[in-house]
Amino acid sequence: MNHAHNENEPAPSRRRPLMIGLVGLLALMAAGCSGAGPQTALNPEGPIGRTIDDLWELVFILATIVFVIVQVALFYTIVRYRARKDDDGEPVQVHGNTRLEITWTIIPVVILAAIAYPTVKGIFDVRAIPQGEDVLQVQVTGHQWWWEFEYVDLEDETGRTLVTANELYIPEDTEVNLTMTSADVIHSFWVPVLAGKRDVVPNRVSNLTLIADDPTPPDAPHPGQCAEYCGLAHADMRFKVHVRSQVDFDAWVEDQLAPAQLPTEGAAAAGYAAFGTCVACHNATVSGPDGIEDIGPVRTIEVDGVTFTSSLAPDLTHFGGRATFGSGTFENNREHLAQWLANPADLKPMRPELNDIEAGRILGMPNFNLSDDDINNLIALLEGWD
Amino acid sequence: MTSQTAPVEAQEHHDVRPIRKAAMWVFLGSEAMFFGSMIATFLLYRNNTADGPGSEIFDIPFTSASSFVLLMSSLTMVLAHNAFEKRDGRGTRIWLAATALLGITFLAGQIYEFTEFVDKGLTLSTSSFGSSFYMLTGFHGAHVAIGIVMLLAMFFLSLEGRLHEERGLNVELVGLYWHFVDIVWIVIFTVVYLLQA
Amino acid sequence: MVLDTNKDLAEPKGIWSWITTVDHKRIGLMYGVTALVAFFVAGLEALLIRLQLTTANGTVLSADAYNQLFTMHGLTMLLVVVMPVGAAFMNYFIPLHIGARDVAFPRANAFSYWLFLFSTIMLLSSFVLGGAPDGGWFGYAPLSTQLDEFVRMDYYAIGAQLLGIASIMASANFIATVFTMRAPGMTLMRVPVFTWMAVVVSFLLIFSLPIFGVGLFQMFFDRNFGTQFFGGGGDPLLWQHLFWLFGHPEVYVLILPAMGIVSEVFPTFSRKPLFGYPFVVFSGIAIGFMGFGVWAHHMYTAGLGPVAEAGFGIATMMIAVPTGVKIFNWIGTMWGGKVRFELPMMFAIGFVSLFVIGGLSGVLHSVVPSDYQQHDSYFVVAHFHYVLFGGGVFGYVAGAYYWYPKWTGRFLDEKLGRWHFWLMLLGFNLTFAPMHILGLNGMARRTYRYPEGLGWEFWNQVATVGSFLIGISFLFFAWNLIRSRKNGRVAGNDPWDGRTLEWSIPSPPPVHNFDEIPVVEHVDDFWHRKYATDEDGRAVRMPDVTGGTLAAETTTGDDGEANRGSPEDMHMPSPSYYPIVAAFGVMVTGYGLIYIPVGWVAAGVGLLITLWGFFGWSLEPVTRDAHHD
Repeated sequence: MNHAHNENEPAPSRRRPLMIGLVGLLALMAAGCSGAGPQTALNPEGPIGRTIDDLWELVFILATIVFVIVQVALFYTIVRYRARKDDDGEPVQVHGNTRLEITWTIIPVVILAAIAYPTVKGIFDVRAIPQGEDVLQVQVTGHQWWWEFEYVDLEDETGRTLVTANELYIPEDTEVNLTMTSADVIHSFWVPVLAGKRDVVPNRVSNLTLIADDPTPPDAPHPGQCAEYCGLAHADMRFKVHVRSQVDFDAWVEDQLAPAQLPTEGAAAAGYAAFGTCVACHNATVSGPDGIEDIGPVRTIEVDGVTFTSSLAPDLTHFGGRATFGSGTFENNREHLAQWLANPADLKPMRPELNDIEAGRILGMPNFNLSDDDINNLIALLEGWD
Repeated sequence: MTSQTAPVEAQEHHDVRPIRKAAMWVFLGSEAMFFGSMIATFLLYRNNTADGPGSEIFDIPFTSASSFVLLMSSLTMVLAHNAFEKRDGRGTRIWLAATALLGITFLAGQIYEFTEFVDKGLTLSTSSFGSSFYMLTGFHGAHVAIGIVMLLAMFFLSLEGRLHEERGLNVELVGLYWHFVDIVWIVIFTVVYLLQA
Repeated sequence: MVLDTNKDLAEPKGIWSWITTVDHKRIGLMYGVTALVAFFVAGLEALLIRLQLTTANGTVLSADAYNQLFTMHGLTMLLVVVMPVGAAFMNYFIPLHIGARDVAFPRANAFSYWLFLFSTIMLLSSFVLGGAPDGGWFGYAPLSTQLDEFVRMDYYAIGAQLLGIASIMASANFIATVFTMRAPGMTLMRVPVFTWMAVVVSFLLIFSLPIFGVGLFQMFFDRNFGTQFFGGGGDPLLWQHLFWLFGHPEVYVLILPAMGIVSEVFPTFSRKPLFGYPFVVFSGIAIGFMGFGVWAHHMYTAGLGPVAEAGFGIATMMIAVPTGVKIFNWIGTMWGGKVRFELPMMFAIGFVSLFVIGGLSGVLHSVVPSDYQQHDSYFVVAHFHYVLFGGGVFGYVAGAYYWYPKWTGRFLDEKLGRWHFWLMLLGFNLTFAPMHILGLNGMARRTYRYPEGLGWEFWNQVATVGSFLIGISFLFFAWNLIRSRKNGRVAGNDPWDGRTLEWSIPSPPPVHNFDEIPVVEHVDDFWHRKYATDEDGRAVRMPDVTGGTLAAETTTGDDGEANRGSPEDMHMPSPSYYPIVAAFGVMVTGYGLIYIPVGWVAAGVGLLITLWGFFGWSLEPVTRDAHHD
């Protein structure tokens, strides 16, 4: 886009840099609209995402206009006023022009003031916390390196709330209010097709509103990920947002609130025997001959008057029904699960050797040196808990 | 200017004092931001006392006394500078020593106070209140200590007859530094001790 | 070590002369060489990062290695490359621009350099001493205070602190220099724009670094003494505020000297004065002031609340205004001029073109709801590389091509330079333009890998190709720098027909800079000694100037001091080994602190060495000659 001038070359025409610049710009913009995958911010699937995207489009167009004007001015000037071989004269030694200075100070101020208004309005719109009975309340606890979700208003008969991990189900066309905190370091919750991101901070409560237009296909939920560097496996701290019709969502809730069945025979039963290792950190709600039992450690943290579930590891009650594991990073299938149980660090970088359960610091799942049999049995157990 | 040979820097026969004063003022500007940030941190955490003590452990009369001591040291500092300007070596040394002594008294008072607070359960790690309190007053005390070192250095140089204007250990510059440290203490005393929200 | 004055004026030789130098020109060159080497180190780190990200689920680097590399790439580029490159230029040219023989405190100047070098060595040594810092260059707490099993972030806390101390001292030095040591007649509004920007930068550092320093102490205490500044009962956001109160002015520290360079290059190669000199100066000052009021635009998603977010958003938009003023004035400088496309000018034009793109993406960030999507995505990475590389690096490279003849007496090679320019321009745009797209398509920053199926592979591959082109272009540059010292075309005093005072003295300049301190009557004073203007306002060369040096316009001052220039009157500061001793002591103290409790001994030893250095320095005369006892 820049044309240097060698004395011996013929002078480039004025049009050429302009044409190249414009073509390049158009190519770039066209290219920009390509490569837009399921995690793009440019094709929003909900009203909040659209508010943001509409504002973006307005400002982007203005910025592009300014860009074109300035680049054209720059290149026009260097082409028109380039030193020519035959020209021995000296230019007039102009020092400035106060009127011009004032003009090109005021015009940008005016343009910026124009975009300031929709900007401020957008802030208040997006930041508003939805109120009312129809809002679905979900509490989010960020951990290194997974997401914990608690549907605080959805309980079973005994008062147990719906707790799950990494896969967030929401009904279509509904205001969902996420109330969030972190159990350890700062994270950030970001599902670009639905909304902007919001930091998840220890010792603080933050809110984010999600509204999704339409249900997602079962194999194509909206992808999201942690967007504040949180250590070793930050890149692998992902999650999925599944959108369901209200009917389907209610059915999902009912399934989730039901306990897992204690297996009585076969590989699954053997898996349950081995499961004792897991409940040092993991939770499950299991229904057996003695009734319904919550196994695994229960922890909560209190921040600004809000009580958050803060488990050591994801709840496994309905693990089999999740499409992914490892915080949305791996497809939930036999092969991956076998690799994971054999040595979690093979799949996801973690620091379990630094775990300090009393202090509440969990930096990953250790390698328990499980036998192949144990692994197969555990897989059978977890597959049955869907 | 005096009858002594004019001091010399990289420029020909320039008086270096404006240059050094400019630098000292700039340095004090950065120190103001340094202490300002710590004061802001304290203000943020003044009520984060966790299970430990809060501002009720302050002994206002005692700290008022040591604040007075530090304030007086600014007076003696002015007198020291005055004497130096008048080429009164003996007077300079007396008042420099007095300033240093008052500074040492102040620090002794701080140390006594801190040991009392630790006894009563307030340490660096007790709470955010403790952390920010000790950091602020600790760095201030360190600045006082460095000032005392400079005062004593000038005292001994003066004894040897080597305290000329062109030395880096210019009495006026140290005076500026010392007054600044005193002003910071006045702010700390007011914000931390007197204004208990 | 008593040297007589005449020997002081001869150019000293040998390693010891470099170790004990207090000459601002040598110190500037040392800063420059160190920064260039560090640039290659940080560039290598970047290439490794790019290799890892070329494919989805890349396996070139482990997560741990990647996290250290991106942290160190940022830290090195910002604190060890771009800031010191600015310091290099400021060291060399502030005294020359104002007609002085050195800076206000030459030994402090040397101390700043040695402390910078030793701190850099300390920081880089962490790679082989257990691991480099891995908390990001921004070191957000409580991640940065979480793991005291590793000393990595202690290297960060101490290393950045020491670098900051070096910068604060240098800034005080430069401010004192410009405010008290200008040549007669050199009013502030006749000071070249580059030096003006250096003053603004110095004030920014004086006021912002201490805030960062407090944060770093708090991080160090949280990590080592159990304090609760950011964890326990503390608020993690405190760190962010303290960091960005420094971090935002810091980016203006990085760019303003480059803008200053461009403000020198454009007039020289347009053969016209800088258009709107006072407006360019005042917009630089405005940017400095406003730079302190926008820090929380790095925190829009952190939980400031809508009112604060709106306030900072509007303030951030407004910073675009003085920046635009500069750009328009640069274009106005060329307008009606005779533009010569020498290499410095090509890079300077590249600066303007690319900086505009970066500035506009910055305005897009300032639209707060949009930033809720852009923050922590590759869109931000694109933005700051456009302003810091497309802007900053292009500007500093322009300065190198512009002033290399002054440093060495020879031109950089034209052909190698053009290869450098075009490869760098192409490579830079190929690397960073796609990142705008990647960011908008949801790719998050600081991630060691990304999955398939999100559409990110293609643009990542393009970016990797571009990054290697950048690397190759810098090989051309390095080769040019080394080779041209002996083989370059001889340049003489004033190879570009320049406008400012540095072109009035030989290339390279003598130790004492000016034979006679000039008496200044105009901005662009040197130009006015060469050119008058005719009735149309066009420049007309005056015939009576020989060899490009100033005609001897000695005036007799009030005290009868007419003899400027005789050796007896030139008191150059003598070399000293105390600065390097003191700096070394500080480094030892730093290492000790990183490894406490075992390190307390080393810290104590380091403190003693430092005190020895400072005391020796205080008691040693600036210039050893017959005037002093």
